[in-house]
Amino acid sequence: MTENAPDEVIRVVGLGKSYVTPAGPFPALKGVDLTIRRGEYVAIMGPSGSGKSTFMNLLGCLDTPTMGDYYLVGRNVAHLQSDELAILRNRTIGFVFQGFNLLPRMSLEDNVALPLVYAHLEREPRRRKAREMLAKVGLDGYAQSVPAKISGGQQQRVAIARALINSPSLILADEPTGNLDSHTSEEIMALFRQLNDEGITIVIVTHEHDIADHAKRQVRFLDGLIVSDLQTTRTPEAAPPE
Amino acid sequence: MLRPMLGEAWHAMGSNKLRTALTMLGMVIGVGSVVLMMAIGQGAQYAVAQTISTMGSNLYVIIAGWTQSAGVRTGGGYGFTLRLGDAEAIAELDDVVTVAPVHQGTRQLIYGGKNWNAVVVGSTPSYLDARSWALASGSTFSDEDVRSATRVALLGKTVIENLFDPGEDPVGKTIRLQNTPFEVIGTLASKGQNLDGRDQDDTIIIPLSTAQRKVFGVPFAGSVRVIMVKAASAEAMPLVEKSVTSLLRQRHRLRDDQDNDFYIRNLAAAADTAAETTRVMSMLLGAIASVSLLVGGIGIMNIMLVSVTERTREIGIRMAIGARKKDILAQFLLEAIMLSVTGCLIGLVLGIGGALLVNRLTDMVIVISGGAVLVAFAVAAGVGVFFGFYPARKAAALDPIEALRYQ
Ligand SMILES: Nc1ncnc2c1ncn2[C@@H]1O[C@H](COP(=O)(O)OP(=O)(O)OP(=O)(O)O)[C@@H](O)[C@H]1O
Ligand SMILES: [Mg+2]
Repeated sequence: MTENAPDEVIRVVGLGKSYVTPAGPFPALKGVDLTIRRGEYVAIMGPSGSGKSTFMNLLGCLDTPTMGDYYLVGRNVAHLQSDELAILRNRTIGFVFQGFNLLPRMSLEDNVALPLVYAHLEREPRRRKAREMLAKVGLDGYAQSVPAKISGGQQQRVAIARALINSPSLILADEPTGNLDSHTSEEIMALFRQLNDEGITIVIVTHEHDIADHAKRQVRFLDGLIVSDLQTTRTPEAAPPE
Repeated sequence: MLRPMLGEAWHAMGSNKLRTALTMLGMVIGVGSVVLMMAIGQGAQYAVAQTISTMGSNLYVIIAGWTQSAGVRTGGGYGFTLRLGDAEAIAELDDVVTVAPVHQGTRQLIYGGKNWNAVVVGSTPSYLDARSWALASGSTFSDEDVRSATRVALLGKTVIENLFDPGEDPVGKTIRLQNTPFEVIGTLASKGQNLDGRDQDDTIIIPLSTAQRKVFGVPFAGSVRVIMVKAASAEAMPLVEKSVTSLLRQRHRLRDDQDNDFYIRNLAAAADTAAETTRVMSMLLGAIASVSLLVGGIGIMNIMLVSVTERTREIGIRMAIGARKKDILAQFLLEAIMLSVTGCLIGLVLGIGGALLVNRLTDMVIVISGGAVLVAFAVAAGVGVFFGFYPARKAAALDPIEALRYQ
């Protein structure tokens, strides 16, 4: 039962989350089973309030489940203490938010390098890696700029660079294009696809079908449960022109 | 880890300069006033200690009083109840080291074209012993000089400065006092002010007999106004007071129902009181100043709490990318410490500057000790930690999801 195949990045078993509300406990996630292997590209869909963000926050070790187990790269992390979860968020997971979540007072380079500060890396390698990552997302030359001076699409690229900087095992993105226009969304999706082509495991939450179509697998949530899980063979030619 | 955090703390301080400045102001005023008050308080203590050391230790001063018969004072002003024989008898008592009968008053001195009013002390050679007063040059007069009432004098520094040209050696010169020529045979080492603030160097010392005959004049030959008695040790002082009192009462033939016809004063006790007063004063000043330090600390706590609330989202982001609780705690603690230490540094500079200014504008003695500066600094850092801890812990205790959701 707890035996893991070596290429499993995520395996959740009976995962559930109840929120404490004034009106009593509210089960937002009611026992979910899902396995995601290395190199997969999964889109999570479902109506508003179906528990997608709740699920993502659990996968991202930002929150702890109230029931079930979560094996992250083979290790049960469902009951870890906050410091151990912080280390996982730092080294194993890259999280991309809908609202970018960059620190406004910091240069883009420092924003991208921030996870390395918490990984206790020295200043020079921090800068070098941050510039490398900015170049990877197509923003070389912007190192000293600040978030307020660049567009939303560019900010999301910076956030992706930050998520990538510790070479995580997986990238989690909760509606990463939710604040972007359709053209910019396509660019961000192209970037995700490129990363996936390089072998990075990606889980992305989206409302939009054409965004979900970039993924190789679509999981649909409804009322805190998974109602469908489809492999959608995507051919590389389906990618939009650069 | 510390380096980038220091940089960020500095950055955070710089991002809202007015608020940072106002927050630090509490610390600046607190530390500045602590340093200033300590400098003044320690200066006062130093000045008193300095004065006490010039007074002569284990010293009693016996002052002539009034003869009383049936509760009615006879005579007025100073009494003439003390006699030279009393001094000689006291000298025979156990634990009495030195006895010096003294007759003093202010008179005009003339040398060349200059004149100057100074305190004229007529006494015996033991006076210098009793007062622990050293000579700067020349020699003192002898008991023989006292017996034969020679006209010799020892001059204090202030007298010399006002009668002689700079560089002129007073020893061997002749000055006039009450139209009587006196040969200067020695000069006195400087003693500075006494407890009342009077300049002790504004003094000329001459033999007692000469003073009484040529300068002051006495209605009753052999009487003396003041006798200084030096005890062997501080422990012996109460005993000496008792034996001197009973000896004088016996010699003056006082009945049991009569009051003493003399006063006996312990100068050390007066000095101790003065020292204690200044010590309490400086402690009080320090305590009042510490309150402003406390207020400064509360100001820092207040602004750090505001800052934690304002930056909840930032805290959430940091946690989401791997900051542990202790990283967040350290960041906010460091900011609070930096605020208070920077305020402390500015306060130190202003406090020391203020102390130097006080020293310049008044002639108050100022003592700035490294210890006091260090203590102020340590207290400020402590205030930063103490008042920064609660907000920092509040920041560290935030839940990443809640913090990220905060708008
Ligand atoms: N902190 C919370 N406390 C109480 N209830 C919550 C909390 N967070 C989410 N919920 C509830 O849990 C349910 C699932 O929320 P969740 O954010 O996971 O939905 P979602 O699928 O991401 O929706 P959307 O598409 O609108 O982002 C919702 O009904 C929501 O109101
Ligand atoms: Mg959501």
